[in-house]
Amino acid sequence: MSWALDHLSEILTRAGQHAWLAGLPLVLGLVVALPLGWLASRTSWLRASLLTTTGLLYTIPSLALFILLPSILGTKILDPVNVIVAMTIYTVALLTRTVADGLSSVDPSTRQAAIAMGYGGFARFRAVDLPLAVPVIAAGLRVAAVSNVSIVSVASLIGISQLGYFLTDGYARSFPTEVWVGIIACLLLALVFDLVIQVISRALTPWTRAVAA
Amino acid sequence: MSPATIWAWFTDPAQWSGADGIPNRLAEHLAYTAITLVIGLLIAIPLGAWVGHTGRLRWLVTGANAMRAVPSLGLLFAVSMFVGPLIQSDLAFVIPSIVVLVLLAVPPLLSGIYAGIESVDPAARDAARGMGMTGWQVLTRVELPCALPLSLSGLRSATLQVIATATIAASVSLGGLGRYLIDGLASRDYVQMVCGSILVAVLALVADLLLAALERYAVSPGISGRSVGVARSRSSRTGEASRPDPVEAPRSISTASPTT
Repeated sequence: MSWALDHLSEILTRAGQHAWLAGLPLVLGLVVALPLGWLASRTSWLRASLLTTTGLLYTIPSLALFILLPSILGTKILDPVNVIVAMTIYTVALLTRTVADGLSSVDPSTRQAAIAMGYGGFARFRAVDLPLAVPVIAAGLRVAAVSNVSIVSVASLIGISQLGYFLTDGYARSFPTEVWVGIIACLLLALVFDLVIQVISRALTPWTRAVAA
Repeated sequence: MSPATIWAWFTDPAQWSGADGIPNRLAEHLAYTAITLVIGLLIAIPLGAWVGHTGRLRWLVTGANAMRAVPSLGLLFAVSMFVGPLIQSDLAFVIPSIVVLVLLAVPPLLSGIYAGIESVDPAARDAARGMGMTGWQVLTRVELPCALPLSLSGLRSATLQVIATATIAASVSLGGLGRYLIDGLASRDYVQMVCGSILVAVLALVADLLLAALERYAVSPGISGRSVGVARSRSSRTGEASRPDPVEAPRSISTASPTT
């Protein structure tokens, strides 16, 4: 405990780096997954091929991806961009299916009512389908957030600075306290992400509370 | 890094023999994965079947799922530091890693089996009881076969998780393909790291495709909606739209686990 307090500023710095490396890909991944999921929810052959492709990307182990990306992107191996890109790939892989599932789960009668009211194409997606799919997409984002926080720590093996440093450093020095501090900090960060996503999801879906009240 | 350098590494005879050769490293990696999955299944099948069948101790599944948030690298180091000193043999590096791999494999296996049994149509269960089946028969003849699709997708995500984590376990001196990544890093041999990563990625892809094929063919046609023989050719002749795979929707439950 006292070790954690003594190193509080270092822990916070690394937690900030960790949050950036795990959080930015969530946003980027969502931006990519929304159109992909929309396409997948509309055409069945696209659904099969998109979900298979993204599923295969998800199977590549993280350490291997961190090492392979520099030679594909032409970046340096210590460049945090590699981690951002790798995590974005994983997020897209998880979220494309969720977005497609969320959009398909919209009640057909709701959709028909929207069409009857004159909503077409993109307007219907933006005003009707997407808001109704928010709870499902948020559930997928929560899984992706927890998974990202855990995977980013692996990047400390190749020397990218974040909370995973405490794990590798603590192990190298045979100092269990530091490893536990790293694990607990990761868990807390995952919890913070989870809460933020839940709060945003609640704010975006006021009707779910109106029914409950 | 050019493709020629990578090709040169793979075609170097030195990579194909000895303890540090590709065949041996691959065999090690497969052995760790197989041992872990067997132990994991021995734990998860009885436990998942019991929780799913009786509906008791559901918190076990919830607890196991919550454990997935623990970073696997942290778990690996913490367990190695605890268990490692207790073992006075050559296995001191292997056993802690296997313990961690089992800890990571059990949650997806358990939740796959449990969710599979949980999702069995209550009418099917009641019909089985009405036919005079005992509780054990209901479990083995109705619930477990119906739970097979979700259980297999749990096995699939557990396998990927284990292959990925066995790779990072090279940092606590485990053998396997991860050695190329970790040793290459230590000696700044980037070619070796990249080639090791390619091997690991290919292994994961092949394992996933094999399990996907297993998922397709092991599940009873009555459950998967996959028609057989004559029935299939007839439906395709009449141009009848094929039924959507009912496995598709709930699969997301277990694919949701993080790989490492």
